[in-house]
This record gives sequence, C-alpha cells and structure tokens, in this order.
Amino acid sequence: MLIFEESRPGRRASAQAPLTRPEVSDLPAHLCRRQAPALPEVGELQALRHYTRLSQKNFSIDTHFYPLGSCTMKYNPRACHSLASLPGFLGRHPLSPPSHSQGLLACLHELQEILAAVTGMHAVSLAPAAGAQGEFAGVAMIRAYHLARGDLARREILVPDAAHGTNPATAAMCGFQVREIPTGPDGDLDLAALSAALGPQTAGIMLTNPSTIGVFDRGIQAVAEAVHQVGGLLYYDGANLNAILGKVRPGDMGFDVIHMNLHKTFATPHGGGGPGAGPVGVAERLEPFLPLPRVAREGTDYRWLEEADRPQSIGRLTAFGGNMGILLRAYIYARLVGREGMKRIAEYATLNANYLFQRLVEAGFEPAYGKRRASHEFILTLRREAKELGVNAMDVAKRLLDYGFHAPTTYFPLLVPECLLIEPTETETPEELDRFIAALAAIRAEAQADPELVKGAPHTLPVRRLDDVRAAREPDLAWRPSKGSGAGLGPDSGSGTGSGASSGSGLGTDSGVGKADA
Amino acid sequence: MPFIPHTSDQVVAMLAAIGVADIDDLFDEIPPELQTGELTAIPPALPEMDVARLMASRARQDGQPLCFIGAGAYDHHIPAVVWQLLSRGELYSAYTPYQAEASQGTLQILYEFQSMMTALTALDVSNASLYDGASALAEAILMAVRSSRHGKVRRVLVPRNLHPRYRAVVRTIVAQQDIDLVEVPFDPAGGHLTQAALEPLATEPFAALVIPQPNFFGVLEEVDALTDWAQAQGALVIGVVNPLALALLSPPGDWGSRGADIACGEAQPFGMPLASGGPYAGFLCCKQALMRQLPGRIAGRTQDLDGKIGYTLTLQAREQHIRRSRATSNICTNQGLLVNAATIHLALMGAEGLARVAAACHAHTRLLVERLRETPGVVPCFDRPVFHEQALRLPAPAGDVLRSLAAHNILGGYDLSADYPELEPAILVCATELRTAEDIEAYATKLARVIATRSQARCPVEPKL
Repeated sequence: MLIFEESRPGRRASAQAPLTRPEVSDLPAHLCRRQAPALPEVGELQALRHYTRLSQKNFSIDTHFYPLGSCTMKYNPRACHSLASLPGFLGRHPLSPPSHSQGLLACLHELQEILAAVTGMHAVSLAPAAGAQGEFAGVAMIRAYHLARGDLARREILVPDAAHGTNPATAAMCGFQVREIPTGPDGDLDLAALSAALGPQTAGIMLTNPSTIGVFDRGIQAVAEAVHQVGGLLYYDGANLNAILGKVRPGDMGFDVIHMNLHKTFATPHGGGGPGAGPVGVAERLEPFLPLPRVAREGTDYRWLEEADRPQSIGRLTAFGGNMGILLRAYIYARLVGREGMKRIAEYATLNANYLFQRLVEAGFEPAYGKRRASHEFILTLRREAKELGVNAMDVAKRLLDYGFHAPTTYFPLLVPECLLIEPTETETPEELDRFIAALAAIRAEAQADPELVKGAPHTLPVRRLDDVRAAREPDLAWRPSKGSGAGLGPDSGSGTGSGASSGSGLGTDSGVGKADA
Repeated sequence: MPFIPHTSDQVVAMLAAIGVADIDDLFDEIPPELQTGELTAIPPALPEMDVARLMASRARQDGQPLCFIGAGAYDHHIPAVVWQLLSRGELYSAYTPYQAEASQGTLQILYEFQSMMTALTALDVSNASLYDGASALAEAILMAVRSSRHGKVRRVLVPRNLHPRYRAVVRTIVAQQDIDLVEVPFDPAGGHLTQAALEPLATEPFAALVIPQPNFFGVLEEVDALTDWAQAQGALVIGVVNPLALALLSPPGDWGSRGADIACGEAQPFGMPLASGGPYAGFLCCKQALMRQLPGRIAGRTQDLDGKIGYTLTLQAREQHIRRSRATSNICTNQGLLVNAATIHLALMGAEGLARVAAACHAHTRLLVERLRETPGVVPCFDRPVFHEQALRLPAPAGDVLRSLAAHNILGGYDLSADYPELEPAILVCATELRTAEDIEAYATKLARVIATRSQARCPVEPKL
C-alpha cells in the first residue's frame, strides 16, 4: 500500500511542525499557490510503521550475502555512520568561515593524503559526488590538459568493449567521440587493436584494472607505453580498486587520472542507490586541473583551495563541494583499517573470490576465463544450462533470492553470454561462501529436475517477477489523486472534504474509508 | 583484522582448496615490479574507541555556532523518525534496486518520492534524484538543449541572480559540450528579472530560460510573465525552486499560461542535515513530453506474474548501462538514501506541516530583517518581497563584520561581495523556523555592537572634513 493510500484528511504528525501557521499576507497573491500539494496526511506512528515495513522488503548487506560483481558490497562499519553523524558534523553549514571549519578540513585533508598514497597519485580532489561524476571530472581534466597545450585535435577517447556503461557515456558527455577496443580471448585488452586505434586524435583511454572480466590486465605497462607514446592519457576507473588496494597502485601502472568509488572500496553505504563519492587523483602534470574545492594545509591551518588559487581547474561539480558525510565515513574507515588493513582488504577479497571460483568450478559451473587467476571477482557463464535446460542466468539469479542470497550481477560484461559476475568481498566468512556454493549447486539440480521451478522464481519474495515491458510501455511514474478529489488534500481544503488519498489509485481501496475519518 | 572474519585455520584450508601456498600467490599475474611496498604515508590502524575520541574532538572543534547563513543550504528541523529509519540496515546498506523483487522497499519509496515531487511542482514526471540542486540544473539545461530544434539551439539564458555556485557547476558541466550560457542581469532596485533585461538577449534563438524562484537574494520573481515571455520565443522554461517554498508559492507547473517545462532544485530542506554541504539530493521534474529526455533513475509501478502491484526501475533505455555513449547522462549512482529522507520527511510533514514551516521561515526572516535594520546603515538591497532570505547592505565591509560576529559564535550570513561586487558591502541573511526570537535578538544586539565599535574605532584615523 502506498503512503498516499494510508492518508486520511486532517490527520497529521503534529509534533513535527510549528504550532501555528504565521500570516504570509505580504507575499503577493498572484505568486502564491492556489491548491495545496497532494501530500499524504498521516500520523507519526503510521509513517514509521509504513517505512519500517517497506524497509523489510529489501535485501541489504546487513541482512543478506550480496555478491554483486563490480559493486563491492562489503560491510559498512557502523562506527563510520555514527561518528560521521556527530552533531558538530551534521550541524555545520557548508559556507561556514575557516574559523569554524578546521575540524572538518583536517579530516578531509588527511583523507586526500591517504587516497593519494594508496593509489600512487600526486594529488587528490574529493569533489565528485559519485563514481560517474569522478569519471566526468577525469575526462574533463584530460580535455582541459590537451586544450591548455593547444593540442586541439584530440577528439577521441578509447574504451574497452568490457567497460562499464558510464565510461562511454562520460566520454560523450565531455564532447568526445568514443571508440571501442576489443578484449582478447585471454581477457586482456587486445594490444594489436589498441595500436591500430591510437593516433594524434587520441585524447586518452579509460581502463578498469582488474577489468570488469575479473582479471588483472597483464599488458598494462605496454598499454600505458603505447598510449603515452602518441600523447594520450590513461584514465583509471576505480570501480575495481578493492582488488588491488595497497598491492598495486594505479599511479605505478602509468595512469594519469583515476577516480575511486568510496562507496565500494572504502565501505561507505550504497543507501539503495547512493549517495556515493568519487574522488579523483592525478599525476603532477594534471594537478592544476583538479575539480574544486580542495583542501590545502598552511602551517597548522587548513583552508579551501578555490577558483583564485587554481584558475585552470575544470571547476565545481556540486554546489557545496561534494558528499561530505560520505567522505567522513571513508576517512573513519581508513583510520580503522590503517596502513596494514588496506593491503589486507585486497588480499582477503582476492582470497574469497578465488576460493569461491575454485569451488564453483569444481561443482561443475563453467568459468568464462578459466585459465586466469580471479581478482576480487570472477565470471561464470551459464550458456550450457541455458541451452540444455532452458534455464538462463536471470532465472538462476532470481532463484538465488529464494535461497536468501542477493543475486550476482547478470548479463554484464556484455561480451560473455549468460554470465554471472560474482564478487564476495573480504568481509564474508568462508561459511557464508560455502552456503552460497551449496545454494547454486542446489539450483542447478532443480534446473535439471524441475526447470519450471527455477524459471518461475522468485517464489518467496513480496512480489514475483515483474512486468518490465508493461512498466516501460505504459509508464506509471507517480501516484495521483483521482480527478476532483485532489482538492481535498491539504491545508487549503478547509475541513478536509475530499478523499483523495483513498481513491484514484485503482487498487481496489474502499473509497469510503477516507471519509470515515474526515 | 578489522572487518575480516577469517580464522587462520580457515585461511590455510582456503589456500589448500585453491591450490596455492600463500595469499601472495593469488597476485602472481601482476608483474612483480608493479607491486607496492609498505604504505608508510598512511597511519596505522586505530581501534574504534580511539577513532571515536579523534572524531569527537574534530566535531567539537568546529563549534556549534548560531547560524543565519542560508544561500542554498538551510537549517531545518528533522523529525527523529527520519534518520532512525534511514539508519536501518535494510535502507542504509542496500544496493541500487536492480533486482526489483529483492528491493520493493526502496523502489516503492522512490515511487512515493516521485509522486510527492510531482505534487509539489505540479509537473507530470520526476526522476529518483540527481547529486544536488546545481548538478540537477546542469542536467536540466542539457535536457532543454537536446529537446531544442534538432538539438541545435545551444544557447541558454541564465540569470545573474541565480545561485553563484549553481552557475559555476552549470559552467563546468555544460562547457564540455559547447553550450553558450548567456548571463541575464537583474534589476538593481528589485533584484529580480525583468522583460526589459531579457529582450535584448532574445535577438538570437535560445533553448531555455532559467528562472529561480526565489532567486539567490531570496527575492520572488514574476514567474508567470517570465514563463509566458520565454515560451512565446519558442524556448523552454526551467524553474529552479526551493521545494519548501512551494508549500506557499505557485508551483512551476502552474507558471504562466502553459506552465514551466522543467523544474529542478535541492531537496535538502526535506530531512537532510546541513552536514557541510552533503550528501543532499537534487530533484528534476518535467512535463510528460520531455519524459524520455529525463536523465537518471526512474521507478515505475507495474504488475508481477500474478497481477500483483510491484515497482521496478523503468525507461532504462535512457541510461548509460543500456545506451552507453548515447545515454541521456552518465549518471549511475544517485542520492538514494537521501531520497528516503525526503520521502519520509514529506510524509510526516504533509502539506499543512510544510506550509507551517515555510510560513515560520518567512516570518522569522521578516523579524530578523526588522531587528537588524535598527542598526543605522543596515538596509535591504532590494525592495521586492522575499521568501526566507534577504540581501542587506551594511555600513561597514561585510567580511570584517562577519568575522567579528563569528568570533562571537554567530554566523551572520553569506558575504555577497565576492560574487556581486556591485552590491558591496552586503550580506545575505536567513532565519529558518529553528531560529527563535531570542536567537534573532542575540544577533541583532551583537551586530549593533560590532558596527558601533567599528565606527568608534575608525574615528581617530579618519580625518573629519
């Protein structure tokens, strides 16, 4: 049931608003709202219960193993949440003067230094609000760098065919043409195809390493040399940084620009789709172009670096400098795991992935790149099962939900048919991995004995498989009070004569209920 | 090992199962010369109690001043329910709801958010958030340009009385695509946009006019006339609105005879703490005709195999993971958790609660301005009505005055001189529903004293003419 359908005219969470509504007669009438917005009218307990119940319909890291490849769904330490939520941090206005900013700036400056050290980059800006904005900043810096040198012919960004969709979308958003480079049969980038594509038009290449295929690209030094040779720059997509954190640094591999997803590698929450944070790091020659603001240290004081300090900067990405609360969480996490812990993250993420990989291959699942060492994630292909049993990767993914596991990433990367991209992360116990292996094996047995059971999954969740085609063809994107009843909602309706909340949904709600309470 | 649960016996068994001797062997495909040594620049690990002590001292260090700054981020009451719910692991630690059946909670909340935002803006469609208000405006401008005739009209009118940071972010983002941002001056007396200022800019076609309501100075724009004017020129209208103000003010969908085409802004007033600037959540709503140009995630209501109502992400053909380089935007992660904050906040407030908060902000700001004006030389910069902010001209340099006030733990407003040298010395003040009459009194008293002290101190050094 929607919150709107729980609404009753005249009901309110009265403790949450001022006791009275002051006069606003000095506001010109023609600029004022004529009809109150159709927002729900509910009490505090009703709202609390409604959203508590909705939350219980979600899978989450706190409740389920979540081996979603490329998303790094690791434990989000609770200390990060509670300490970033101290009143001093939550109450601070973004435009506070330096005298009321030193505590925050100290944390941010140290985070910049930690991120630069662990990635081998010269300088870091924390400004991007998410990975894709980090990518945007990175590619915009590549553009700014070439333009500042008067190098105007570089109109092309190279992207591997296995790349995340954000890579080509970002390059396009920065005004570049995108050219795809194929992946070789062993999972490494096809060097011959790369050489053929490079030229004076090459602005740069965007790479993830380990790649989205879950293997470390062994040719990375040759790639870097070839791209640099023609004057291009290398962009590192930090989506898979968890695999190599503290073990290999993008800066040492030859990358000029990188972004990091703090909501992956630095354990900040995904929040059902965000917020993230996508700091960018650069080699020395790109430092002037970093997005603003940044934090500088002068003696014992900290201050923001702004437009006057870095006139060549690509500029600002959000009004107030980024997702500060997420940056604080990442800083707290970095202090909790420390220098030894950084390396350990990559080691145990890789250990868990290789163990899971090995055991699933032993259980009869087909690896997409069986001759390669898994990084922090790996790919299985269910093409055999799809052909022989008519059960595809999506069916298996949905059936896993019934077993109490979030599904792995499916159908990505696009070049492997019927694939599951599986990333266990370092925070899962081997016992949990064993349970997951048993579940996948059990589902395979089900697919052999009773394929319809798997094809019809999930069976135990709040809803069964949803009609996505209908959702896209007949978009229903917002609830609306039925015609004529909307006026009954809200303060301007006087005595609450309408019953907008209980009608108009077409969901079979008894339209008389609303009036009973009015 | 913080957050790693393996016992040493388990590690041995796992390595044996894989068939390697050591964890380092798992990195044997990485060229040895690339492997990193010790990370000496990173501090060693601390237990939670030590990090807690460190963070408590850092948080205390920034004080908890009495804040009269608004300028795009507002200190409002947040019901306790909001963040207690958001801290539930099922909301806090869930991923993007791509597996719809395992994410009905998040998806339904996104749908409720979209419903609430379309109700507030009186537009047809809302997405499920962008990073913040400024980046939402940048996306709105890109939408308008794409929707212009063959996507060829690459000129957009952006008023100077729009938030300076919003203008900066828009520049960063749309500059990559050769879009011409034309600055519209504001009326020096009213602080608002006038048709007289717009006419000379309309000699060439433009894709959109951006209308802030209220504008950065808190001043209300004549949105109906501006909307009709821009649409008569064949352009779209993008409203940049404070969504709290929409509890009282005419919604963008009702502006002029046809309504604004796009509305965007910052949802921070709905359940999001100031938190030094984020995370907040940008919102973006539009008319039905522009639906497929809308960037970012959108939740839709549909049915499952049994005909039961359910929710799913929809219209994904617009997005980067499907359309790649031809997507409407590169955005992927948005501000999901904050969308939950806004939705729960709006459910608790309802239209009446919001209207009370908005009216209280308006009344408190009026009281603040009235009291500050009692200090000689403090006068409003503009004579038009405002929502909950007011630009004030000071009889002394704004930076000096604000620093003196900050020394007394009062953040007296936003210094306008850097962005608007023509107004100097001037500040932008705001009093939300949380600033009491006593708070306002404390500010007014201190301001009077600071200015009096300054003028006395200046006497000996300034020659009398």
